[in-house]
Amino acid sequence: MLPLVDEEDEVMDPATNLATDPADNPVAGDLVKRHALATRLWHWANAGALIVLLMSGLMIFNAHPRLYWGQYGANPDPAWLEIGARGERGFAKLGPYEITTTGVLGVWRDKDGAIQRRAFPHWATIPSRYSLADARLWHLAFAWLLALGLAAFMIVSLVNRHFQRDLTIGGSEIRPANLWHDIRQHARLRFPTGAAALRYNILQKLSYATVIFILLPLVILTGLTMSPAMTSGWSWLLDLFGGRQSARSLHFIATVGLVGFTIVHLVMVVLAGPINEVRSIISGWYRLPRERGPRS
Amino acid sequence: MTKMLIGRRALLGGMTLGASGLLLPGCDRLNASPGVRSLLAGAEQLHYRSQRRVAGSNALAREYARSDMSPVFRVNGNASPVSPAYLDDARRNFIDWRLIVDGLVARPLALSLSDLGSLPQRAQITRHDCVEGWSAIGKWQGPQLGPILRAAGMSSRANFIVFHCADTSGGIPYYESIDLNDAFHPQTILALLMNDHRLSIPHGAPLRLRVERQLGYKHAKFVMRMEARERLEDLYLGKGGYWEDRADYAWYAGI
Repeated sequence: MLPLVDEEDEVMDPATNLATDPADNPVAGDLVKRHALATRLWHWANAGALIVLLMSGLMIFNAHPRLYWGQYGANPDPAWLEIGARGERGFAKLGPYEITTTGVLGVWRDKDGAIQRRAFPHWATIPSRYSLADARLWHLAFAWLLALGLAAFMIVSLVNRHFQRDLTIGGSEIRPANLWHDIRQHARLRFPTGAAALRYNILQKLSYATVIFILLPLVILTGLTMSPAMTSGWSWLLDLFGGRQSARSLHFIATVGLVGFTIVHLVMVVLAGPINEVRSIISGWYRLPRERGPRS
Repeated sequence: MTKMLIGRRALLGGMTLGASGLLLPGCDRLNASPGVRSLLAGAEQLHYRSQRRVAGSNALAREYARSDMSPVFRVNGNASPVSPAYLDDARRNFIDWRLIVDGLVARPLALSLSDLGSLPQRAQITRHDCVEGWSAIGKWQGPQLGPILRAAGMSSRANFIVFHCADTSGGIPYYESIDLNDAFHPQTILALLMNDHRLSIPHGAPLRLRVERQLGYKHAKFVMRMEARERLEDLYLGKGGYWEDRADYAWYAGI
């Protein structure tokens, strides 16, 4: 399943969700229905929830900007990651490596120009002024939206066969040659055209599957592992992640993964034609891209 | 084509900047809105109900081995009350200090340290989880709260136990409250000992509540008086605790 296959091959492919009937085989330039309503609803609910969770989460991190491994961890214990201030200098420390981050992390100026000594700056947090209690109010409410949204999306996507149809990775797809081919096509910004653009290529499948089946469940479960009530009932959470402080670290790492995905995702949307892509995730309708000449 | 693409990028970039310009002050405005806050705070009820379901009423918090204990247990909150009465008691090793048990009880009690020490003791090595995110593991020992409330003849009208403390912040006394499910939980103890020593002043001498399935700010230090109450609305600012009143921290701190 190469991204740039002939359209004749597509029609024969049982994994193709659309265009299985040659009679209505769509071609480049056609407007086709691409995303189911459930997918579109979840995409936007999830996008909104992730923005609020990220920004309120950064504020919660500001309350104790140190990360540890294990069951316990507090100021007297060694941190593997720390953001802080020494005098007028902001710093971020990862293991033995320390960089100066004055102005962005550790020490920065707030909206009124006053110097603040907190890890993440006002423009990155909810609320913008330090308040752990308020950040928790936002974070813990939107966590429900994230978790219930993901659960609902998973159930619906199994029932409407979105997962089986679009995210199942075939044996031939995962071959190194195919992976390498796809990576080269991406690096050259050569995206599939015509009906081939309707199907996810292997890099898309891998990244969407990583987000849906690994990063989002990880961020939700590690969040629950930080709750003393949850780990009383589900003490296996502590064993699964190696303790509350390890879970807190993994929560942060999963967040970095989700932010990284989102950045690449947005860059790809822009490169692939933002109006068409955004229309398809709002209305469901997508215009199959035409073959393009070499880029200047 | 290339021109067109740049045009789109500029457009998208402009939209993003514009949106964040609207979004950031917008968030703070939403954050200040009482309606939005009470909607968000509705999640607290969801946490309370779902966690009580998951954890059951008597699920125990994990207890650790000695080898798991924090080498240094961080002191947090007030390191010492400043009232002359407390400092006087502390100077005399709390010999004359009494824990008052009152409110909706048939027999109000005044318990000395030796009274509390002669009750059956429970020792537990547990994890203290601060709302800020850090954790420390320590050993706590003291009588369970439940039998004391029974001995005082707690009324069936009581729904909450309030802990009145000797420390103040900004002149306002610290207090906390828990429901009866936590009050009668086997791991809810009034700790006299920490790491096998008499509780030090920075850790809440002479008595600290341990309510192991909730976050650190519920674990009231310097407990002077326990009061059984039907409701919390008519006490201080009505939210059931110092941090709840002062900064809108959740009363149910299971997460």
